[in-house]
Amino acid sequence: MLRRYGQLAVLLALVGVQAPMMVGTAITLLLTFTLGMVFLFSPQVMAVRRLAQRHRRLVGDWTGTPIEPPYRPAPPPPVRQADGMYRSDRTLYTTPRVPAWNNRWRWLISDPATWRDTLWLLLDPAVKVALVPLFVLLPGRGLRVYAHWVDLVLGATAASRLAGQVSHLQRTRDLAADSQAAEMRRIERDLHDGTQARLVAIGMTLGAVEQLVDTDPNAAKALLARARDASSETLVELRRVIRGIHPPVLAERGLADAVRALAMDSPLHVTVDVDLPHRPEAPVEAAVYFAVSELLSNAARHGDARTATVDISANGAVLRVTVTDDGLGGADPAAGSGLAGIERRLAAFDGVLAVHSPPGGPTTATMELPHALPGAAVEASRMPRRKVALVVLLWGTAWCPTFPQGIVAGIFKIFDLEKPGWFLGLHLPEPYQWPVILGMITLGVTMHVAAMRIVAAYNREHWAPGAVPWARGC
Amino acid sequence: MLRVLVAEDLYLLREGLVHLLQAHGCMVVGAVETGPELLKGLLELRPDVSIVDVRLPPTFTDEGLQAALEARRQVPGLPVLVLSQHVEQLYARELLADGSGAIGYLLKDRVFNAAQFIDAVRRVAAGGTVMDPEVIAKLLASNARHEPLAGLTPREREVLEAMAEGRSNAAISQRLYLSESAVAKHTASIFTKLGLAPSEDDNRRVLAVLAYLNSR
Repeated sequence: MLRRYGQLAVLLALVGVQAPMMVGTAITLLLTFTLGMVFLFSPQVMAVRRLAQRHRRLVGDWTGTPIEPPYRPAPPPPVRQADGMYRSDRTLYTTPRVPAWNNRWRWLISDPATWRDTLWLLLDPAVKVALVPLFVLLPGRGLRVYAHWVDLVLGATAASRLAGQVSHLQRTRDLAADSQAAEMRRIERDLHDGTQARLVAIGMTLGAVEQLVDTDPNAAKALLARARDASSETLVELRRVIRGIHPPVLAERGLADAVRALAMDSPLHVTVDVDLPHRPEAPVEAAVYFAVSELLSNAARHGDARTATVDISANGAVLRVTVTDDGLGGADPAAGSGLAGIERRLAAFDGVLAVHSPPGGPTTATMELPHALPGAAVEASRMPRRKVALVVLLWGTAWCPTFPQGIVAGIFKIFDLEKPGWFLGLHLPEPYQWPVILGMITLGVTMHVAAMRIVAAYNREHWAPGAVPWARGC
Repeated sequence: MLRVLVAEDLYLLREGLVHLLQAHGCMVVGAVETGPELLKGLLELRPDVSIVDVRLPPTFTDEGLQAALEARRQVPGLPVLVLSQHVEQLYARELLADGSGAIGYLLKDRVFNAAQFIDAVRRVAAGGTVMDPEVIAKLLASNARHEPLAGLTPREREVLEAMAEGRSNAAISQRLYLSESAVAKHTASIFTKLGLAPSEDDNRRVLAVLAYLNSR
């Protein structure tokens, strides 16, 4: 109880910060949009954001329901072009400063959250003051009411969540496209420098054989043997390239056996445990295969490990892969490009890699791919039958009180049309007619709103977590 | 005359194999291109040896391998020589698992050396075991850190490798330019170091070595 009073006192004390900031904001907006002193805008907005964020955090901590910030992700730093310039719209700059400033300006001014913050700053002191009686009488209830207000004005909206998700998807798509392009280049180089060159050599040797076959059959025979050896080497080379593109055992047997084959080829003693109800999609299988391959070879190469365990399991639609080894530990995703490569590969499937590798070992790498397996996701997103029935009932009947018994009856009443017909309200004695008509309209609208709210609440519970990329820490 | 069944989906390779076998005095009793046809052929024709590609239609997965394994489950010891564009320890293990011999597992490139290839075909037909050098190299590489394999001398390792590929003492002595008695001495030493019961029978000896390597 006493703690609640303390918390509410802190909230009220923050009005002391809000008031000067309100004045500051008014002055800044005025200077920015009338005198064009645009350089004041960004620090002011960031200061308001910090204050708003403080409120979000305090209220979230005290009520136990965190309030997500609605801000759009900051723009990425400007990219240097091939000619060494930085582009902003149709202008080129030699330093990244101006394009970065332009991006930032656009980011702040186009984000609705900036204006919601301003609105909050304007109204919040008044709301706090208005709530003071409630704060004094029922501090717990008062804090909850205030939390609703903060969530309403400062909380994440569906649009801000979607914006976050879009930018997350864009980032992972870019990463996937980049790593795919790099793969293609590597394959092209392998084929160009290796296979193609060797085939040219074989063709030339065969040409020489054609010339020699009549005049010097022995030399021709020797050349033929050489051509045969070269074709053998070409095949070895080609096999290596194919293994790098898509390992044949993966195509023939699927993930479980491909990982078992990996385990057999590893110098470590590897135990493999695979428990999957379905085969994942081929790209997911390949990503997991290469990740496990990389982790096992890391363990053998750097970690000085002797045994390792690979565990692949499904949890609903989530594919979880754990690779543990008894090596020296100390693996760091930030330092090793191998681990970063795995992260990039997994990011294309919304997957994450967590490495726990204390010095001295053991090392545990856990990969999770959230939507890798079919089936389970569809089932989870279906509303319970009881709720569906309720929503159908509400939608199916709400029209009756709203329109014929409510609005239409009201119109008949206003224009004093003759027939009472089947309008319940008009059959009653005069003093009860208006209350019944208005009651009908209220009932109908309530039913509509209730139906909408059930669906909205359900969607928020089941879809919102997936729409918040920063909640997963990437 | 050796009765051979060929299963290969690529026309050029299939015809090439058939010609090669016929040129070396084998009778090709069938040339099939899908997994189900292969299984039917294996069970009905009972060839002296069949040459099977791992990847066959209709699924283009390991259809050929599965047909060969299934046929050998029904007819233990049915000689099969499996060819593939790549070799996997996993497949080698599955082929060797029944321990009845008359099995071969080679890369397709080994066909280039016709004499050696035909020799492998004949050895499998006679109930022997033929493993691709690459399978053995992988097997040894993945066992490299384990005692007592690490304790073999380099020469003993070479002999072990050749032995695991399914070669007789005579063939090993030719390949390594050793006398047959020297090879016999090396094999005896290897068997002692690995703690295996010595065996004079070439085929049983290969299977023992492979089982030892696979058990690690």
